[in-house]
Amino acid sequence: MDRIKLFIPLMIFVVLAAMLYWGLGRDPNAMPSALISRSVPAFQLPELGQLQLADDGSATALIDEADILDETLFLGHVSLLNVWATWCISCRVEHPYLLDIAESGVRIIGLNYKDEVEPAQQWLAKFGDPYAQTISDPTGGLGLDLGVFGAPETYLVDHLGVIRYKHVGVVDDRVWRTKLQSRYQGLVDALATGAE
Amino acid sequence: MNGRRYQYHIWQTSQGLPAQLKNALVACMFGLFCLSAWGLIEVDRLSTPALSERYQKLVAEYRCPKCQNQNLAESDSPISVDLRSQIRRLLEEGASDTEISDYLVARYGEFVLYRPKVQASTYLLWLAPAVLLLLGVLIVVFVVRRQKRGASAIPTELSDSEREALQALLKQADTQQDTAANRQEAESK
Repeated sequence: MDRIKLFIPLMIFVVLAAMLYWGLGRDPNAMPSALISRSVPAFQLPELGQLQLADDGSATALIDEADILDETLFLGHVSLLNVWATWCISCRVEHPYLLDIAESGVRIIGLNYKDEVEPAQQWLAKFGDPYAQTISDPTGGLGLDLGVFGAPETYLVDHLGVIRYKHVGVVDDRVWRTKLQSRYQGLVDALATGAE
Repeated sequence: MNGRRYQYHIWQTSQGLPAQLKNALVACMFGLFCLSAWGLIEVDRLSTPALSERYQKLVAEYRCPKCQNQNLAESDSPISVDLRSQIRRLLEEGASDTEISDYLVARYGEFVLYRPKVQASTYLLWLAPAVLLLLGVLIVVFVVRRQKRGASAIPTELSDSEREALQALLKQADTQQDTAANRQEAESK
């Protein structure tokens, strides 16, 4: 018994060291999304490309009722929902990679989050447009409902409009290969076999 | 009188500058002054003092999702500004504290609660302090009791065999002393 007691400090040390080591590898910013396995919240927002600046240069007017997007946008396809803004530097970093994966056939929906219309349109014209469609959310209302706390964020949404995964931060090759691609492909395959 | 001369002096030195540049400088300085007001844009006054009080309590209780060691009241990050304005809106609409909490949790998860709900996943969090305190008290009690028992375990009375041994030792010491004394005596002689 006494001999076992001698080992107590060592045991405490080992446990503490293991916990601290585990803590080192953890990303303190990782925050589980509250919306996993839930549907994309209802919204009614204009498509960015369809917005036009009014003559006075300030207000933005919508051309057509049909250009109002809502959550049915996600039905029938597996999509990525990418939250971006022109004020977001990391969004510029991930942009070329989004173009790459969009070219490989991935459907990406953009959410232009708390941004101004004109710079956002210019951004897509200048750097290329990886988005099948871009939701314009100038007040950040949809972003808030989605639990966005900073761009860029990327959601994986299945063909029923249910959020399956969320990645906070830049999507690059490593993130795509380790976190998103297999999940995306899994959903696409499930949809294909289900459709047959 | 003095002050006037001083003013005049300033005027003199800046007179070398063209008027336009001078105006631009003044405008710039005024603009810099105005910049400091930017931080105060947020109006967080509610319609009644009771609501304001609830608001102040609520924003202190939720955690900023972006800057994790600050609450909503402390944080200046855009998301905190948004969430504060949402809380104000909900309060004005007559939402209860639970409804506001549900609203935030639905979007940002349990994570935003600085005072999480008591449930299976947070038992450890809620109970750990009490358990640790109890553990500490138990250890103290254990140590104190052992010390007491240790102290009382030292016998004050000698047993018979011990007494015999003591007598033997004392006798031995006596004879040794005697022989030493005899030797000294002999040497001194």
